[in-house]
Amino acid sequence: MIAEHLPALVVVVPLAAAPLIVLLRSAALGWALAFAASLFAFGASLALAAEVARAGVISYHLGSWPPPWGIEYRIDALSAFLLVLVSAIGAVVAPYAWRSIAAELPREQHYLYHAVFCLCLAGLLGMTATGDAFNVFVFMEIASLAMYVLIALGRDRRALLASFQYLILGTIGATFYVVGVGLLYLVTGTLNIADMAERLAHDGGTRPVLAALAFITVGLSLKLALFPLHLWLPNAYAYAPSAVTAFLAATATKVSVYVLLRFYFTVFGAGLVLETLPVPEILIGLSIAAIVSASLVALWQADLKRMFAYSSVAQIGYITLGIGLATRDGLTAAVVHLFNHGITKGALFLLIGGIALRAGGAGFERLRGLGRAMPLTSLGITLAGLSLIGVPGTAGFISKWTLVLGAIEAGYWWLAALVVLTSLIAVAYVWRFVEAAYLQAPDARTPPAGEAPFSMLAPSWLLVGACFWFGFDTSFTVESARRAAALMLGGAP
Amino acid sequence: MTTFASHYSYWITVLLLAAGLYIMIARGNLVKKLIGLSIFQTSVYLLYIAPGKLIGGTAPIVSEAYRVYSNPLPHVLILTAIVVGIATLALGLAIVVRISTAYGSIEEDEIVAADAGGRDRA
Repeated sequence: MIAEHLPALVVVVPLAAAPLIVLLRSAALGWALAFAASLFAFGASLALAAEVARAGVISYHLGSWPPPWGIEYRIDALSAFLLVLVSAIGAVVAPYAWRSIAAELPREQHYLYHAVFCLCLAGLLGMTATGDAFNVFVFMEIASLAMYVLIALGRDRRALLASFQYLILGTIGATFYVVGVGLLYLVTGTLNIADMAERLAHDGGTRPVLAALAFITVGLSLKLALFPLHLWLPNAYAYAPSAVTAFLAATATKVSVYVLLRFYFTVFGAGLVLETLPVPEILIGLSIAAIVSASLVALWQADLKRMFAYSSVAQIGYITLGIGLATRDGLTAAVVHLFNHGITKGALFLLIGGIALRAGGAGFERLRGLGRAMPLTSLGITLAGLSLIGVPGTAGFISKWTLVLGAIEAGYWWLAALVVLTSLIAVAYVWRFVEAAYLQAPDARTPPAGEAPFSMLAPSWLLVGACFWFGFDTSFTVESARRAAALMLGGAP
Repeated sequence: MTTFASHYSYWITVLLLAAGLYIMIARGNLVKKLIGLSIFQTSVYLLYIAPGKLIGGTAPIVSEAYRVYSNPLPHVLILTAIVVGIATLALGLAIVVRISTAYGSIEEDEIVAADAGGRDRA
């Protein structure tokens, strides 16, 4: 009975938790509810992923209205994979937030944080679960508005400006997306994604469809921070509360990539996007620019959080590079990296939150001799940094390996070489942390010896552990990504 | 010329879209940026609603007396989009109020200058 309604419940439970938390007005109860809702979402996502692997696509009709008239929730290999990533990060960040938020926000705002966190989680899960193009927009705005609030909660006043800039750029992105959907609606007369795809198969490639493709590409590129539309990202990540940065960095841009993939491969079709139009060339060009420029900028940042924020822009470049390769292996690499980068960056930002708690910030001047003051945190950052670089044995290696194989298979030898070369820049910026933490002597600005509280360390190390687990056991990540790539390119579902 | 005139709603849409975008880029005042954002979003409302109207069309009522119906779905969609737009504008204004308290200004260049001067205080 309940299992049948899981596709809707995975979204509805966090969504319903939010107003409940506001009504309860209690920090402790709010935290418990947010944690319970995110755990439920995680359990439901795992169940859905297992069901999709067993029985194929799940189509859930909201209010029993059959599609294309009613709104359909559609879970396939790709969306199930994303649901697991988003809800897993949610379930890890929720317990972490208890101490982290207590240290960073005034007490009367705690319950509001938990409510907005639930809204954001519900929005991101909704974008992934829904099979209706306009519904995606609604959930995108629920998630985005929640994100603007979460970022504006940051202690630094610059968080306000970062939030405002993200609000302007994010709304432009969402509006471009909705213009694109509007044009598609004018052409096809439907909003259901599967139905839209069917109708476009007959009369794709007309001018309104191409205009829709352009609007949706630019709009979603803003949301996923594709170079050169990434300007909102570094400040938003740097000044948001630590728990928020970890959650956003691991999920928000990834879900936007998912929506882009959904439109490219399900709605417009690989034939139009990858063969008729020069989309792969544009994506490869922008991805290379993102990887090289953002990695180099990351090298010169004076703050650890900002450094890894720029590194995120570069890592998104690897994901879009995989899409640009336009082959099955390339797409597999893109999807695998969505997941692996999510857990790696989640782990890094959670651990940095611990430093911020103990040292009052994450500027490099506070990190001298941190290896002695906070040994577990420093070790965790170093290990997650290895995964970011792509050292064998880590999740990052699996992504880079599939990406290099994909590039070689597509005949881009120089791109394979570039992926390896740019990983060296990642070595350089991770080394900056290692040097400060282990090779420099502590001074007055280093925090006194003592770790972050257990409730923050445990979730962080869970993700660090996941970085290594998925480096050895790729049966979940790579297999799911293969199935998703096959689905997108029209192979066996 | 006739297509130009008969598609006038699209031209208004394009004009609003471009004007809103221009205001957001060209103006440094945060409230003016939000005004631009509102104009920008309004263009989308028109894009959806205009094609839903048929000349002589009525509401979709099943009856012998009516033969031509206007599509009600775009209106419903845009009702949702308007709610989203209002929420965005309200949140944007709330953030501007807090920026104004924190910085004593809502001009972008003054705010950036204030931060550049006090980089170490954060």
